[in-house]
Amino acid sequence: MTGYTDKIREIAKRLLQSCQVEMVIGFRQGSVPMMSEPCMVRRPEDVDQLMWDSHCGINLANYLTDRKEKIAVFAKGCDSRNMVTHIVENKIKREQLVIVGVPCQGMIDKRKVAEMATAEIVSVRELNSKIEVKTTAGEESIAKAEVLQSNCRVCRHRNPVIFDEMVAEPVAEQADVDPYSDVRAIEAMTPDEKWKYFDDLLAPCLRCYACRNACPLCYCPTCFVDEAKPQWVGKGQDPVDIRTFHFLRAYHCAGRCTDCGACARACPVGIDMRAFTKKLNKDCFDLYGWEAGMSLETRPALDVFKANDPGEFIK
Amino acid sequence: MKNLLEHMGVEPDRIHFSWISSAESTKFVSVVNEISAKVKALGPNQHFIKQEAKGAQP
Repeated sequence: MTGYTDKIREIAKRLLQSCQVEMVIGFRQGSVPMMSEPCMVRRPEDVDQLMWDSHCGINLANYLTDRKEKIAVFAKGCDSRNMVTHIVENKIKREQLVIVGVPCQGMIDKRKVAEMATAEIVSVRELNSKIEVKTTAGEESIAKAEVLQSNCRVCRHRNPVIFDEMVAEPVAEQADVDPYSDVRAIEAMTPDEKWKYFDDLLAPCLRCYACRNACPLCYCPTCFVDEAKPQWVGKGQDPVDIRTFHFLRAYHCAGRCTDCGACARACPVGIDMRAFTKKLNKDCFDLYGWEAGMSLETRPALDVFKANDPGEFIK
Repeated sequence: MKNLLEHMGVEPDRIHFSWISSAESTKFVSVVNEISAKVKALGPNQHFIKQEAKGAQP
């Protein structure tokens, strides 16, 4: 995936020079290893900042909300699905966007790399399916497949679903993965076990709301957790309030979440809150055959009523 | 709503949904009786009680 960088710079330069767009949103090298950061480029001479590697996990659709100018944006499979969702929800117009598709082979989970490394990581270099980790103690080589983000591991939409041009040929999709095996494992538990599972999962939560801020779906001007009149949820560290926040946040993403993993990636204490949203994704798929952000034409599952909608829950 | 509540450990019989017209008094009575019987069988809720409220419990 590292070979995309030159092509990305070339495309960005062309689009800016020909004034097709006013801004390009991509990634540049972060200041610490494994943290490529979003970057807005407005001048053709600045395109050399742009790069691409397996640490570009942040969802760039997040930076498009309510923008007024013409923008070129680089999009992985999940980003492109969130861009579809943004367009369908009128947060940006399709005509404003030049979407440059980037076929993705999965992003690296920096926590997994840090766990495997024996000392502090100084730099990380990517070579095909291996990553070379340079630590204060020496050099190590890790297979990329072992340190993929858990959502990338079960991703079935690696190629962008919407694009104006592509950086490279599409990659093969993973056909034999089961995206919902972890959800089924929780479904098989008793109510008490489930409650305990989520209690343990959320125990370290600081209520920093990084998950909400990283999520491209969370664009409300005032989030329900910040509101004081009415106060929907308590603002303290009480486990009930923490759980209510995560439960409601997941609900606001129902039928919209693309499982891009931005929330889990942003979490400073490593909570995988996808356990909530994935259940809703699975339900949407099982009940309505719906996967978010796949097409501009169909209305979202929770947006339409059909006479044959399942209604077993209602007496 | 029900699915995710149950998924995170709320007992299946604790939450109920029903659509009852204002003209369906008998349905209303039977639904309410059924719900209260099911919830009574489960006993008092142990979840969603705040720490401070727990301290106040006898």
